[in-house]
Amino acid sequence: MTEPLAKEQAEWEEGVPSEPAHGSWRDVWRRLRRDRLAVGSLVLLLLLVALSALAPWIAPYNPSDTDLVHRLLPPGSPGHWLGTDHLGRDMLSRLLYGGQASLVVGFTAVLLAMTLGVLLGLLTGYYRGIVDSVVMRLIDLLLAFPAVLLAIAVIAALGPGLMNAMLAVAVVGIPYYTRIVRSSVLSLREKEYVEAGRALGLSDARLLALHILPNCLSPILVAATLDVGWMIMAAAGMSFLGLGAQPPQAEWGVMLSEGRNFMRVGPHESVLPGLAIFLVVLALNLLGDGLRDALDPRLRA
Amino acid sequence: MLTYTLRRLLGLAAVLFGVSLAVFLIMHLRPGDPALIMLGPHATDESLARLRHEMGLDLPLYVQYGRWLGNLLQGDWGRSIQLKREILPLLLQRFQATAWLTLFGALLAVVLGVSAGVLSSTRQYSLLDRSSMVGMLVGFSIPVFWLGLLLQLLLGQRLGWLPISGMQSPGSASWGDFFLHAIMPAVAVASGPGAVIARMTRSSMLDVVRQDYIRTARAKGVMERWVIYKHALKNALIPVVTVIGLQVGYLLGGEMLVEMVFNWPGIGLLMVNGILAQDFPLVQGAILVVASSYALVNLTVDLLYAYLDPRIRYQ
Repeated sequence: MTEPLAKEQAEWEEGVPSEPAHGSWRDVWRRLRRDRLAVGSLVLLLLLVALSALAPWIAPYNPSDTDLVHRLLPPGSPGHWLGTDHLGRDMLSRLLYGGQASLVVGFTAVLLAMTLGVLLGLLTGYYRGIVDSVVMRLIDLLLAFPAVLLAIAVIAALGPGLMNAMLAVAVVGIPYYTRIVRSSVLSLREKEYVEAGRALGLSDARLLALHILPNCLSPILVAATLDVGWMIMAAAGMSFLGLGAQPPQAEWGVMLSEGRNFMRVGPHESVLPGLAIFLVVLALNLLGDGLRDALDPRLRA
Repeated sequence: MLTYTLRRLLGLAAVLFGVSLAVFLIMHLRPGDPALIMLGPHATDESLARLRHEMGLDLPLYVQYGRWLGNLLQGDWGRSIQLKREILPLLLQRFQATAWLTLFGALLAVVLGVSAGVLSSTRQYSLLDRSSMVGMLVGFSIPVFWLGLLLQLLLGQRLGWLPISGMQSPGSASWGDFFLHAIMPAVAVASGPGAVIARMTRSSMLDVVRQDYIRTARAKGVMERWVIYKHALKNALIPVVTVIGLQVGYLLGGEMLVEMVFNWPGIGLLMVNGILAQDFPLVQGAILVVASSYALVNLTVDLLYAYLDPRIRYQ
């Protein structure tokens, strides 16, 4: 008896309409491919990710090897393409390793914020009731703080450090995902196909994971893309303030902050890591904008 | 409008209560013992216990919170561990510097943002529009601390036009000197919010000028300038006001970084140094002041919004 029912259920699930707002993912990709800025940004990002991932193999020097004779060499010096810092450490190698730290922190923080935020959004939007009220009051409370202040407050509680800075910026991100997902779920749960699924006896977990979540993916995806940039910037900012990664670690925020004392003699020590952060964030913003247009062509400005 | 204002004031009280509770919990659930920080690693167990008792750290958490809140309301914000001074006067003094920076930054962001947005929208797809779109993109992708540094490098160091850091030259108390010091920090904090405001103004204007009443105004022969500034801009600004309110939050956040770059003696710099020195009463107070001022700004914006768009009040 159980088998045909399961089969029927599977067939029915296949027939469930996926929200037509963005069409199939292939259509999205096709539209995104036509956006030259977005594609360029994607290529740049993939390149940067690859370079930082390969840092241990392609970096010409160890990022913490000091060479006090060759301090603050300007970019273009023989043997040091991007020059050296105030301790004679190779800038290119440090930038590559620094990219590793910044990119890992940015992506992990967004993943954390997104997972928790989406989970809370699904639960509060689907079950409503007391859990919804309590969670949403907590979310309102988080939103009562300006974003960077909240991150600093979390670091104040946990203590300075790169890991804690990552957790702090992740906490800041949670409320946005919860809000986006909750409001989508509130309308989706009333849809007929969800009701039909419930009538067929699908479990809540199955309904949420397979029929509701896929339909709120596109705003989550756009928000996440834009968020990675913000979180990389915020985490580097924390390091710049001395609250995140600590010297001598090669991390863009730390490098920028260390270089400040040598602005007169070697401005490149601060300017280059800042430029790296800027380029990554710019590329992520362009990609996020392109993705938004590709996911919902009606919104195209 | 009166009932709406009262309701929002009640909401403000709730937010402030929540914020104070959050700040208290963050600081009390953290690992580490304030008594140990104050007395150092060589303190004896008896002296630690005595200090904990004096500070009320051995009481239940809700009693501690009640006492702390009661003291706050009576103006007793405690003493800074590191600076050995009363916290409240210190915070108020430092907050002034931050408030000036916020004011300058917000003015700059609003004036530049709205005018760039309006100009862009009236000449859609022109060279001006395209370049200001690029400017907006750069504006909110650039890390404020890096922008501050570049400004220092160019305008301060290379060209020598503006003082590199601080809020006032030593021995000088003139307004002119103060303004000169404030230019670069204000530009740095305004970059992100200005870009967002510009983008919002542009899209909101483009939306409004396509509406029927604008076509009617043009059809009956109203001057184009009048159509844009009197008819269109007024309605287009309504969503912009909300964005401005949200952006003040970014301003307050970005300021900590900018205060660090320019050594601007504001509350953010005080807070960061407090965290590094583990001066928790001070950090608590600073977070509370910044979060409360953010709540006040949001309230003001909401009231302004309700005034501009009466439909809001009845929701």
